Amino acid sequence: MTPLLTVEDLRVTFPTRQGPSEVVRGVTFTLGRERLGIVGESGSGKSQTGRAILGLTPPPGKATAKTLSFDGIDLRKASAATWRSLRGARMSMVMQDPKFSLNPVMTIGKQLMEALKFNAEESRAEARARAIAMLEAVQIRDPERVFRAYPHELSGGMGQRAMIAMMLVTEPDLLIADEPTSALDVTVQVEVLRILDRLVQDRGMGLIFISHDLRLVSSFCDRVLVMYAGRVVEELSSANLAEARHPYTRGLMNCLPKIEGGLRPLPVLERDAEWAR
Amino acid sequence: MTALPRREWLLSDRPESRRQARLGQAYRTWLAFRTNWLAMIGLGIVVALVLVAIFADVIAPYDPIVGGDLRTERFVEPFTGNHFLGTDDLSRDIFSRIVHGARLTLMVVALVAVIATPIGLLVGTTSGYFGGWVDTILMRITDIFLAFPRLILALAFVAALGPGIENAIIAIAITSWPPYARLARAETLTIRDSDYINAARLQGASSLRILWGHITPLCLSSVIIRVTLDMAGIILTAAGLGFLGLGAQPPQPEWGAMIASGRRFLIDQWWVATMPGIAIFIVSLGFNLLGDGLRDVLDPKARK
Amino acid sequence: MGALKLEAEALEVTFRRGREVVPAVRGVSIAVSPGESFGIVGESGSGKSTVLRAICGLAPTSAGAIRLDGRQLTAPRDAAFYRQVQMVFQDPYASLHPRHSVDSVLSEPLAIHRFDRREERIERALADVGLGPDFRFRYPHQLSGGQRQRVAVARALILEPDVLLLDEPTSALDASIQAEVLNLLDRLRSERGLTYVMVSHDLAVVAHMCDRLIVMQNGQVVEELTRQALSAHRAQQDYTRKLLAASAGYTPA
Repeated sequence: MTPLLTVEDLRVTFPTRQGPSEVVRGVTFTLGRERLGIVGESGSGKSQTGRAILGLTPPPGKATAKTLSFDGIDLRKASAATWRSLRGARMSMVMQDPKFSLNPVMTIGKQLMEALKFNAEESRAEARARAIAMLEAVQIRDPERVFRAYPHELSGGMGQRAMIAMMLVTEPDLLIADEPTSALDVTVQVEVLRILDRLVQDRGMGLIFISHDLRLVSSFCDRVLVMYAGRVVEELSSANLAEARHPYTRGLMNCLPKIEGGLRPLPVLERDAEWAR
Repeated sequence: MTALPRREWLLSDRPESRRQARLGQAYRTWLAFRTNWLAMIGLGIVVALVLVAIFADVIAPYDPIVGGDLRTERFVEPFTGNHFLGTDDLSRDIFSRIVHGARLTLMVVALVAVIATPIGLLVGTTSGYFGGWVDTILMRITDIFLAFPRLILALAFVAALGPGIENAIIAIAITSWPPYARLARAETLTIRDSDYINAARLQGASSLRILWGHITPLCLSSVIIRVTLDMAGIILTAAGLGFLGLGAQPPQPEWGAMIASGRRFLIDQWWVATMPGIAIFIVSLGFNLLGDGLRDVLDPKARK
Repeated sequence: MGALKLEAEALEVTFRRGREVVPAVRGVSIAVSPGESFGIVGESGSGKSTVLRAICGLAPTSAGAIRLDGRQLTAPRDAAFYRQVQMVFQDPYASLHPRHSVDSVLSEPLAIHRFDRREERIERALADVGLGPDFRFRYPHQLSGGQRQRVAVARALILEPDVLLLDEPTSALDASIQAEVLNLLDRLRSERGLTYVMVSHDLAVVAHMCDRLIVMQNGQVVEELTRQALSAHRAQQDYTRKLLAASAGYTPA
């Protein structure tokens, strides 16, 4: 079986006054119909990796790769029309902050219906039912009210759930989730992850889960890429996380406080310039 | 440390004194501004206006008020003979009058900016920060001023105060602050509940200190941009008042008044009215370009 | 246990949104001893941050009493209160004025309260939070998130308060930076005998930092726990158990 997504030697560069700066430096991985986690701290290039796959590298940045193919389609040469047919319908992205991703002058319901309209042939009532069901699925207690609400009328967590509902309502093949749950409460976080999990299990969706939270990613994903300074420093299957070799991965795990109590003061991550090489 | 080249010193990420930090900030803004060539043209025009106003006596070849020989030097055509831009009906050198007119224009612009900007900022930030009835009263007053077209209101003021360039300036200043107050209020509303303002409150900062030290600096840039963009309009209003005979009085070489007196000869002696018109056009354009450039570097919202 | 440092009794906060009256905090009582670190845990909308804001006077209380050192607080708070109680905000990107350098952020409170030896205090405050003197004249945009939060801590501590209110001080930071800031807060507390009231959604952070905590939901206190009880997962209420389970990471249904 061919993988859903193949990325080889992905590089993202941004021009700066001091010359070009490479924020993603040769990332290579393949994704099947599974849950892949990308973990790293801010500035590690994890978000830019996700954006580059969707062709959303913000200008003046430039993304290049030896291979970048989604389901046999070469994304490097994709035309605007190809992108339009892919984004939203077959691959979509959940961003970190719902405030910037929802249209402030459109009700949530309208935006959900908008997403549906282009992707399926069904009646308005059916679409509406599906949208409401999706809102319910992301644990929104009062879906009818949220359906009619404008984004500013929702709290941060609600907005994020509505956003996730919008991205999932078209049931894409590939979902890139960039810190989708960091604005959410822990109990909701679990529910949202459950929805994502179901889509992977039942529909064979491929999921790239980008997060800074190693504990969460390792408990949720099948495989984890650990990024540091634009590079993948370690690739692990989640089950073997305890056997992580790279000092950065180990440092990330150790510096988290534990409910059961642990070291005090917390071990601090010592960075080594060698890792960035 | 002084051995560092000046540029490095300015751009240092680790400034060592208050002065270096401030200068560094200013230099960075300048670097960003410099890349916009249209804005640089605008800046050039405005700087040229200032220089011409300062050195008017040196630059102008003739007296702007007293004309030459009425028999031989009336309506000399431009670009011929001794008069670069020609002469008017009273044999006055138009170039010299425009050069001296730059002083009046600059005075109008500077005084209006100095009077209207602080009023607008004060009214806007106070009203936005305190809200409630303070806001209601101040904003209704602002609305009253906004309800009249600017030129009409200025006309009414000048009619009441009597014609003359000083009264025209006062009239323009009084009529131009309300938009700045609106702008400052809107900015204030977006920042008044931010955490850094809360943090200042929690340190026991008085309202005056918060308004002056925290809110005004953030409103200032957008108001300055707006004032710069409005300069063209202010010059035109001043010229309009001059044109209607309510601004500068003859024989003062005010550009608007020059157009007004030249319009009688527009068909046969087109240059008399056209030359000051071009001057107004260039200076207005200069301020607009400058304002646009300033918006690009100063406005935090437009930056990203 | 001696006299209480900070006490809130039957605290109620309601917000008016148009015609709607939204109760944000409903009858919350807390009692914090001197030198203690007290945690408030809850999800968004539980009213946990509002409790902090009510204590420092940023949110209006509609009923209940707040006492500092046994004295009832007045509204608006007086200058002496701000010298005793300071707050660190959640988002270091929003809590520093974008046009003020670190130097002016730190010198302003000193000027307001007419402190002496300002130069020395500023330098010491920076050293205390682990920032060198070369950070003094930088602007927020020249600082990373962790450095900003250190500046915010320095700003709160420069008035030498006894009580520090911490509103999710690390939730906007990377895990490794979070560890550094938590260690810093821990060290400062033991060095200066500070009293902390810390709000967080992260049970692990609160378990690490606080001796006692309350769990809030919908503006009410669900349960009060000690650190030992939390560490041993001995929660009485279902809601707390649910939080504990969710904090452990993802578990397939």
